[in-house]
Parts: sequence; structure tokens; C-alpha cells
Amino acid sequence: MTRRLLLLLPLIGFLGLSVFLYQGLSLNPFHRDSALMARDFPEFDMVTLEDPERRVDRSLLANGEVTLVNVWGEWCPECKREMPQLLDLADRGIRMVGISYKDTREKGLGFLQDFGNPFEVNIFDPDGELGFELGVYGAPETFLVDRDGIIRYHHTGYISARDVREHILPEVQKWQ
Amino acid sequence: MAVIRLALIGMLTLLMASTLQAGAIEVREFDDPVMEQRYRSLTASLRCPTCENQAINDSDAPVSRDMRDRVYMMLMDGRADMEIRDHMVERFGNYVLYNPRLEGRTFLLWGLPAGLVLAGGVLVALVVRARRNASARELSAEERARLESLINRGRTE
Repeated sequence: MTRRLLLLLPLIGFLGLSVFLYQGLSLNPFHRDSALMARDFPEFDMVTLEDPERRVDRSLLANGEVTLVNVWGEWCPECKREMPQLLDLADRGIRMVGISYKDTREKGLGFLQDFGNPFEVNIFDPDGELGFELGVYGAPETFLVDRDGIIRYHHTGYISARDVREHILPEVQKWQ
Repeated sequence: MAVIRLALIGMLTLLMASTLQAGAIEVREFDDPVMEQRYRSLTASLRCPTCENQAINDSDAPVSRDMRDRVYMMLMDGRADMEIRDHMVERFGNYVLYNPRLEGRTFLLWGLPAGLVLAGGVLVALVVRARRNASARELSAEERARLESLINRGRTE
């Protein structure tokens, strides 16, 4: 009898593998952690979108406050759609910093005029230099930077009102 | 007939789309054929982070272009292949490597095929040995008597 049961082993193995692989089908390959998770926000030295004379660097983000850094561009439709949610976050008193990613200055400023400006300041990144250091592969992307300037959370793509409730706000609270 | 024509048109469109896409990727001139070879193999072994399953040498996504530029710059800067791969992994994660590295997390991935072959070999060896033992064993008196009677029955029938 036990020998008979042994014959079932390959079938059981096969079923186990099937379940494992089947689960893989429903995974979203874009839901993966940023390579920068739990690491320092990269060094940078760039000018702001608002004022070409003003230089900002990493100390902007390691000043004892939790900050949401949002990578956006005028050319990016999802960025426009998520602005109401970002304005809401700013209204709640969360510090927001923008990265104007691969845009001209005029287009970037026009975007803020049309869709509102939740950002304390916007880093001007026309060539996507800082974006590359952050491993950005498409806007919008949002990073949560803790008081010491360490990246603690990363959201790829559009932020819905539900994302704000279920992910962003709890994460901000966790690191505050 | 209509189906065949439709299939042909579909194939042609696909072909045209792929040549169009290839046209969007910049051509780089190298003086040194070794450099060119390294550039080719690096851009073929790095995976585009935003398109599903395309190498950066095959994708016209903006991020792939940035990555190709960076590979080129770093090559010209005299960096080693390993350094360039590390540079990309530090920013975009292990996802960009088509050949995952052998480390704790990927141990199962690399080890499982070898492990299964080994387990199969052991199993086959065990079965073969068990069979050989079984056939080499001498018959007991009882078994011999039974065999005898079976043979005799065959003869008388």
C-alpha cells in the first residue's frame, strides 16, 4: 500500500509546482521594490524649477522631516491625474518635493499653473540625471524619504485616492 | 484563402513594426572592435526596466536609451563590464540582469535543476540495485515447488 502511495509523489509534486507557477501569473512585474529601498537618497546638486539661481542638494531631504518626493513631467498624463491626490496630501501637512523630470522650464511651470502646486520646491531635472540615480523608469514615481534622508517607500505609477488611504498615509505615519 | 491572406498581412505588419522600432535605436560607431563587442553584449544582457522582457538594445523606451547612453559613457570612461552591471543594479535592481547572480536569494533558482537531476540519479540507482538484488536471490523451496507445478501444468495441457 505504501508503495502505491509513493507512486503518487510525482503527481503531488506536479500539482504543487502548478499552484506555485499559477500564482506567478497574477503577479504584476511592475510591483517590485526600488533598488534604493532603505538606502540614502542619492547625492545631487541641481537648480530648482522655480528659480534657476537657487541650487539645492541632498540636505534638502535630510532635514528632520518626512518628505514625499514625486517625479513628474508635463508630458505624462498620469501625473496630471494624480495631482488632486498630491494636493490633498499637501493639505494634510505632508511635506512634498517635486522633481520636474525631462521637461523644459516653461512646460514644467505651465504644468504647475494648470494643475496646482503641492510642492515646497521642485528640483529641475531636464535630462533625467537625478531620475537615473533614483532608478526612475517612468513617471510618475513617488519616494518617501525619512527624516534622515533614507528612502523608505516607493510607489511606481499613478497614485489613486485609495493608494493615499491604504499605502501612502500609513507609510508617512510610520516614519514620522 | 482569406485566412491565409489575413495571416500574411498580419505578419508583414509585424515585420514592419519591428523594423520601424529598430530604426528608433541609435547607431553607435566604435573604433575598437573589442569595445563594440562589449557594448553589444552589455546592452543585450541588461533588461529594460519598463518594458516586459526586452533587452535595452532592443527597446526604444526612454529609460533604455538612457541606460545605453550610460553604458557607452562608462565604456569610454574605461570601466569594467562588472562595474557597469553593478552600476545598473544599484539603481534599477536585480531585475535588469538577464542572468541572475548566484546569491542566497537565487540559490533555489540555480540549485533546483542540478538538485533534481541528482535526486533522479539517486532514485534510478536505488531502483536498479533493488531489481538486481531481487533477481539474483535464490528461489526458496516453496517457490521452486510452485514453479515446478506451473511448468508441469503447461506440459500436460
